[in-house]
Amino acid sequence: MLNKIFFTLVFIASAQLAFSQSVLEETFYQSGKINVVIAVILVILLGLFFYLFRLNKKIDQLKK
Amino acid sequence: MSCLLDCQTFCILTFGEINEMMKNWWKFLAVILLTYVTLFSLLTPLVPGGLAVNINEIKIGENNIEFTGYNTHFNTDQANLRCFISVGQQWIEGKVTTIESDAKFQFSVNLPDTLPSTQVAFYAYTPTDGAVYVSSAVGFSDIVIDSNTKLPDLKNKVSNEEHKRWGFPFQPILFETIRNLMFHVPMWFSMFFLMGISLVASFKVLSGKWEQDVIAVSSAKVGLVFCVLGLITGSIWARFTWGTWWTRDPQLNGAMIVFIVYAAYVLLRNSIEDENKRARLSAVFNVFAFILMILLLMVMPRMVDTSLHPGKSGNPAFSKYDLDSSLRAVFYPAVIGWAMLGYWIYTIQKKLETLKQASHVE
Repeated sequence: MLNKIFFTLVFIASAQLAFSQSVLEETFYQSGKINVVIAVILVILLGLFFYLFRLNKKIDQLKK
Repeated sequence: MSCLLDCQTFCILTFGEINEMMKNWWKFLAVILLTYVTLFSLLTPLVPGGLAVNINEIKIGENNIEFTGYNTHFNTDQANLRCFISVGQQWIEGKVTTIESDAKFQFSVNLPDTLPSTQVAFYAYTPTDGAVYVSSAVGFSDIVIDSNTKLPDLKNKVSNEEHKRWGFPFQPILFETIRNLMFHVPMWFSMFFLMGISLVASFKVLSGKWEQDVIAVSSAKVGLVFCVLGLITGSIWARFTWGTWWTRDPQLNGAMIVFIVYAAYVLLRNSIEDENKRARLSAVFNVFAFILMILLLMVMPRMVDTSLHPGKSGNPAFSKYDLDSSLRAVFYPAVIGWAMLGYWIYTIQKKLETLKQASHVE
C-alpha cells in the first residue's frame, strides 16, 4: 500500500518535472530565488523526519 | 499535614524533573539555537542591490537605460535619486527620466565618442540605500576606447558609500539563496563532527575496547544521513545558481566519493559474522575513510584552481561572506546547532545499535 502511494507520488513528480521545466524555472527564479531556500529547508526537514520516523519504528520493533 | 505532604511530593517531582532537564540541557540549547537560526536566516532582509539593466550596447549620444534594483527605495526617496555610469575609475552622471516603482526607474545618459575603459557599471544612489550597481558586460557601438581620455571628474560628487541598513549581503546570481549558507553548509560541518566521533571510537576499538564499535557505526550512519542531505541541498542550490544539478567540480565529486566510501563502510560491515573481527576490521576501514574525507574535502579542492565552489581557490567568495558580521551572527550558531542536532540523532541511533547487538547475543 505504502509502496503504491510512494511510486504514484514519484511518478506524478517526475511527470510534472518533465512537463513543466519552464514552470519550475519560473517558480525558482522569481522573487530573488527565495523558493530555492524553501526547497532546501523542506528537503532537510523531510529527510530528517523520515529518518527519525524509521529509527523510531525499528527501535519499537526490537523492544518487542 | 496532608497539604504539606502534597507540597513535598510536588517539590520532589519537580526537582526530579529539573534534574532530568539539567542532564539534557544541550538538547534545549540545540532547539533554541536552531529556532534562532531558522527565524533569523529567513527574516533578515537582504541589503539593497542592483539587479539588472536593460541595455546590451551603449552608443554615442543619448542612451536610455532601465535600472532594476532589489530591496531599493527609488520611489520613496525619489527627490535624492541619482544615477551614474562608471567607466574605469571615472564617472558620468545620468538624468532620471521616469521612476516606475521602488525597484525600477529609467534614466538617460549622454556619452562622448571616446571612453577611457571597457569596464562599465551602472550606479543608482539614494541616501537610504547607498550606492547600488549593476556591472554587466556591454558592447560599444562606434565608441573609441582610449585610456588617456579624461571625463569630467565627478568622483568626489558621487557618494559611493555603503547603505546603512542591516541585512545579508546582496550577491549577484545568489540573491536570496545566500540564506542556504545556514542550511547547506552546516550539514557538512555536522558530518565532519559525527565522522570525528566515529574516528575516535574506531581508535578505541583498535586499542582493544571493541565494544566502542557501537559508537563508531552509529555516528557514521548519522553522518551519512547528513552527507546525503548536504548532497541533495547542494544540488538544488547549484541548479539555480550555476545552472546545473551536478558539475565536474573537485568539491562535489569528492563529496560523492566520501558518500560512497562511508556507505561501503556501513554496508560491508554486515558481511562479517564474528563481532570482534567485524569491529576491528571496520575500525581500520573507518580510519582510512576519515583520512580520505579530509583529503578529498579539505585538501584537494584547495589545490586545484578550477572550482566553482566558494571558499576554494580561484573563488574568494566565501571569505567575503564570512567577513560579513550579519552572516556570521547566524552562521556560527547554525553550525553549532545543526551539529548538536546531529549528536542528538546519534544518541538515538546508538540506542538502536545497542538493542540490535543485544538481540544478536540472545
